[in-house]
Amino acid sequence: MDNNRRSFLKIAGITALAGIGAPVAAHLSSSPAAASAEAHGAPQEGHEAARESGKRDGVRLGMVIDMRKFYGHPEMLDKVIAACDKAHNIPHIGNKKSEIKWIWKAPYANAFPDQSVAHSSKTIAENDFLVLCNHCDQPPCVRVCPTKATFVLEENGIVAMDYHRCIGCRFCMMACPYGARSFNWEDPRPYISEYNPDFPTRMRGVVEKCTFCEERLALGQQPACVEAVKDCGAIVFGDLNNPESQICQVLAKENTIQRSPAYGTKPSVFYIV
Amino acid sequence: MIEKALKGNTIYWGWLALLLALIALGAACYIRQFNFGMGLTGMGRDLSWGLYISQFTFLVGVAAGGLMLVLPFYIHDYKVFGRLTILGEFLAISAIVMCLMFVMADIGQPIRGLNMILHPTPNSMLFWDMVVLLGYLTLNVICGWVILTAEKKEIKPPKWVYFFVYVSIPFAVSIHTVTAMLYCGLPSRHFWLSAITAPRFLASAFAAGPALILIFCVIMKKLAHFDAGKEAVNKLITIIMYAAIINAFFVCMEFFVGFYSNVPGHLHSLEYLFFGLEHDGHTYNNLVPVMWTSVVMCFAGLAVFSYMKLAKVQTDTLVVLGCTLTFLSLFLDKGLGFVLGGLVVNPLNEVTEYYPTLNEILVSVGIWATGFLLVTLLYKIAVAVEHEVEA
Amino acid sequence: MYNKGLIVPGLVVFVIIATFPFWYNGLSAGPVPKPELPPGGEKQCVAPAEVMRSEHMSMLNEWRDEVLRDGHRVAVVADGKEYRKGLQTACMSCHTNKEKFCDSCHNYTAVQPYCWDCHLTPANIVAKKEKP
Repeated sequence: MDNNRRSFLKIAGITALAGIGAPVAAHLSSSPAAASAEAHGAPQEGHEAARESGKRDGVRLGMVIDMRKFYGHPEMLDKVIAACDKAHNIPHIGNKKSEIKWIWKAPYANAFPDQSVAHSSKTIAENDFLVLCNHCDQPPCVRVCPTKATFVLEENGIVAMDYHRCIGCRFCMMACPYGARSFNWEDPRPYISEYNPDFPTRMRGVVEKCTFCEERLALGQQPACVEAVKDCGAIVFGDLNNPESQICQVLAKENTIQRSPAYGTKPSVFYIV
Repeated sequence: MIEKALKGNTIYWGWLALLLALIALGAACYIRQFNFGMGLTGMGRDLSWGLYISQFTFLVGVAAGGLMLVLPFYIHDYKVFGRLTILGEFLAISAIVMCLMFVMADIGQPIRGLNMILHPTPNSMLFWDMVVLLGYLTLNVICGWVILTAEKKEIKPPKWVYFFVYVSIPFAVSIHTVTAMLYCGLPSRHFWLSAITAPRFLASAFAAGPALILIFCVIMKKLAHFDAGKEAVNKLITIIMYAAIINAFFVCMEFFVGFYSNVPGHLHSLEYLFFGLEHDGHTYNNLVPVMWTSVVMCFAGLAVFSYMKLAKVQTDTLVVLGCTLTFLSLFLDKGLGFVLGGLVVNPLNEVTEYYPTLNEILVSVGIWATGFLLVTLLYKIAVAVEHEVEA
Repeated sequence: MYNKGLIVPGLVVFVIIATFPFWYNGLSAGPVPKPELPPGGEKQCVAPAEVMRSEHMSMLNEWRDEVLRDGHRVAVVADGKEYRKGLQTACMSCHTNKEKFCDSCHNYTAVQPYCWDCHLTPANIVAKKEKP
């Protein structure tokens, strides 16, 4: 009896361990599941040159925000923010503790904390700046996520979110040097005034952020923020790896800055200030 | 052996009843949080880790602290700790269970927790932390139980168990190192971005863990006639003193780097913790009393221990006093100050202070009560086996 | 066997409790639900009805991963009609009534998928318009 029980327990224990271990082993050895890890650092043949210059090859989407066109027009900033909020069913919770923001406005000293100067110009001091996820080439949030709920899309470099996968540990919020991520501290639905029927809401307990309007790009549209100010072309959106693109031509012509480049994240959002 | 936990006097049962009441209270508060969302805590967008994760961090240290008993006994054959190693292993089990509960309490979608295993991500330190914590828990369950069973049967433990004992030694170091890596690898969190974070965690762990074990030893001496032995206590006090002093030294190094370099990132967190941080005309200083209490307690604990060493006295009161001061000091320093101090200035240079809510505090109390319940039951079994063997 | 007197009655009690739902309902599973067909009269779906009945959950999971993780948002074409992959964009454009379609079977089989924690039903959208 005792011996039988012992051997049964042994077999049961080994089976349980194998059951827990098998998916781990299977996932670690299969390449697609480890894709987002490999995309970030693990050597891949033929990508050497691209990695050395710190650039992903293929399409890498980015954005230039021409702040000169926003100076003196705070209503334009609000228009951009409202367009994003409406397109993505973003709640207006109304307290700073629980708020959800994808694109928002902040004074220069907050948007560019390590580039602020003691005697800034009147324009810089008086105007707010648009801030959003930088869709970094080396995103720390992707590096820390324990479930690959946030990852880099191979074909366009967007730092994307899978809300179905997110366990809400908020490690990505710790890692993001731009404060671009928001957590759903409670059910967001009561705080949304009108739904966009083409887009879901989020549930409590997951992290969310700007996705460069991935779903609109798929339909051949521009991101909602770009479209909101398309009359004056204040935001230029396009492929940073294509020298012929409009965005690369703007970048070649104008002086631009990035937010906190010293962290080595290689942001994809540029500012003309 | 489990049946040994079912026999006890009124104090024992009263204590268990009290713990169960606290667990029930904590569970009720957790259900509230589960149903409403994490908005019931004091955490928010700018300060999104709080009481849960900071206590998790501290308790990983308590679990690793058992190493200070296991290592001298098994590696250096320091026989005096013979009766204590089992206490270190059982404390590690209870502490890790609390750690896992704190992590589960902290995540927004706990029912998706298995995604950590279904979608393993080796580039995430949280994944490795899960691996080493579960590994260390398993090792301690195996070692503790097998060795205690052998003791009960008055035979030598089987040889294979020593393999697990020796593996558990690097694991103890790894659990706290990887936990430190959760913090010290994040850009823009200047206070944490310090290579001394892991050594500092280990130093404080090797003081806090043994201090808690000594407190339990004195309680068990009074209530259960369990005597750890004068020499063992004396040696543990030496270990605690060294670890606490090394920890204080590391903290002083952080002070030097922050204040001498004058780089705002590192400086602001220390200013906020110890002197109050001026920002846009406000002074943010809600943790200043806490941190100075920690400093005073640290030195008071060291003073008590030094007195015991110099005057060559060793009374239970002094042991408990010194250990309690040291343990609480390290709890305030690492269990509150480290995490909250690192988060007070957000990446956009805005300052947010954190106040835990009552609900959050009661959930934490419930988790601590669970840990104490587990430690009580396991120690009860261990002591009962000792008495049986002696009799 | 030790303790036969305790184990056997214990097992009997356990079996009775475990099978309670069966005999409580008189060994009948109740009337089979009839989910409502699309109110707009559409006859065509992305796959035959039998496939949809048994496979819709795995299909939705595949779509989810293709759309969100692989960036393949290409439309599904079935019999000349294009559908944008997605619960909200494809399924619920014809099956507009979640309560009469989705819920009827989900309630019967006692499953509670969390789809609608995030995804919106036409009824959600109308309700929000009426009561902002």
